Amino acid sequence: MTEKARSKLPCRMAKVKSPRQVYLAKRRNDKITTVLLQIGLLFVFIGVWELAATVGWIDPFITSCPSRIVKILGTIDVKDLFIHIGYTLGECAIGFVAASALGILIAVLLWRFKKLRRVMEPYIVVLNALPKIALGPIIIIWVGAGMQAIVVMTVLICLIVTVISVLNGLMAVDEGKILLLKSMGASRTQILTKLIFPANVPALVNMLKINVGLAWVGTIMGEYLVSTAGLGYLIIYGSQVFKMDLVMASTVILCLLATAMYLAVAAVERIVKRKYHGE
Amino acid sequence: MALLELDRVDLIYQTETDETEAVRNLNLAVDEGEFIALVGPSGCGKTTVLSMIAGLISPTRGSVTVGGKPVTAGSGDVGYMLQRDNLFEWRTIESNVFLGLSVQKKLTKENREYALAMLDKYGLGEFRTHYPTQLSGGMRQRAALIRTLAFKPKLLLLDEPFSAVDFQTRMTVCDDVYSIIKNEKKTALLVTHDISEAVSMADRIVVLTGRPATVKKIFDVDIDAPTPLKKREHPSFSQWFDRIWKEVSL
Ligand SMILES: Nc1ncnc2c1ncn2[C@@H]1O[C@H](COP(=O)(O)OP(=O)(O)OP(=O)(O)O)[C@@H](O)[C@H]1O
Ligand SMILES: [Mg+2]
Repeated sequence: MTEKARSKLPCRMAKVKSPRQVYLAKRRNDKITTVLLQIGLLFVFIGVWELAATVGWIDPFITSCPSRIVKILGTIDVKDLFIHIGYTLGECAIGFVAASALGILIAVLLWRFKKLRRVMEPYIVVLNALPKIALGPIIIIWVGAGMQAIVVMTVLICLIVTVISVLNGLMAVDEGKILLLKSMGASRTQILTKLIFPANVPALVNMLKINVGLAWVGTIMGEYLVSTAGLGYLIIYGSQVFKMDLVMASTVILCLLATAMYLAVAAVERIVKRKYHGE
Repeated sequence: MALLELDRVDLIYQTETDETEAVRNLNLAVDEGEFIALVGPSGCGKTTVLSMIAGLISPTRGSVTVGGKPVTAGSGDVGYMLQRDNLFEWRTIESNVFLGLSVQKKLTKENREYALAMLDKYGLGEFRTHYPTQLSGGMRQRAALIRTLAFKPKLLLLDEPFSAVDFQTRMTVCDDVYSIIKNEKKTALLVTHDISEAVSMADRIVVLTGRPATVKKIFDVDIDAPTPLKKREHPSFSQWFDRIWKEVSL
């Protein structure tokens, strides 16, 4: 290779970028800076909190601070902590699955039987308007103050919303497609399995995402009321004996768990959507 | 014997507030292999007539028979193609085309091959595994037609099948659909607003009165040209257009 050619080659490769490459590089840079800023924000928040507590701007006895949260997490018996986490996670997961499954089932029945739908309509409206937390004491008396009461609470909070949103999705399917299937001689069941369900996959996944959030609300509410075990219990207990470090530590763990569960559902959503559109 | 017969058919819709007489004393006979166009003023009851022939609603009085038997939805005798293609976005083109077969539990190897051969024959072979959103409007319409033909109906019903296709592609889609129907030797009943479409495609044009619909006049169109596009260029086309147009708007 001549001297000239050698000097030319890398130069060309470095300089001539296609518009596509420029675009992709810009996109990548954008993404990286966004993530860096997100992480940065978290550190700044933690830093300022810690600083404010050390300097004395805030009273760590009331507000706690990151170092004290870490410290208390070190002193809690790990086995104990995991038992509490296990309770909360279990209640939340059971409630979430039960409410989603039951909600879909009820919605399908209401879709299938018009008469039933008409009859049930006012009841659904009232149940939806009712603040479910008000039923807490009744639930405890009926099913006992334990895990079962918390699961029931979770189911109640998720169920009506699930039924309403799923039913809306089922009813929203294009009339023309239903007519097409009917003209082919499809039964109600075939219309359900070949059209209504597949058409509602994105809506169903969306419903799951909303339910994850609601299930946590139900579970923690339930634990506040029942107060035997779980992160909600730790929070209530911590606040009663004024151990703000324990309250904050439990809240942080709760944050992490809820995020993890949300991400899991979001991952399911991605897989389903890819399958659904076949991209 | 005629393939399709409507004998003194009445249809009255009942609703909470009132009743609507949509069809009154309609008589029509369609022979095998014919291509019939049904035209009439907007809202006169054309879709209602097709729905009765498809077995989706039953006439208030009178009888609708296909091949001598009263129609029922899902007998597989009638294929109904609606205004929009109604392809299922989550199914591939191939699996869309199999829809009727799977509903009617006729998804045999032989029927599958018949449907796939039609996809090949009409230029959709390489799009078998594509999704509807990846196809143009004209291709989608062709896929919808093949889906209807796949279960080998004796009679095809087309309710304004081109109204959702943009104007540019409309004429070619019209040509494609026509040639597919003629190729497969199907009997077809086309509802349309567009008189030029009716004149360019049909062997016979049935003009309906305003609501309640009944037959006003029947024209045997005899333009001697092989395809809709060629018919449009034929000297007698505009005369036919005028005659039908006068009859419809009178
Ligand atoms: N399910 C129904 N219940 C009550 N009335 C109906 C129903 N379907 C149609 N109609 C009425 O029957 C009449 C005929 O309707 P149809 O849809 O058959 O007309 P069309 O000729 O297809 O109209 P267009 O040209 O707009 O497509 C209209 O007046 C319409 O309002
Ligand atoms: Mg119509």
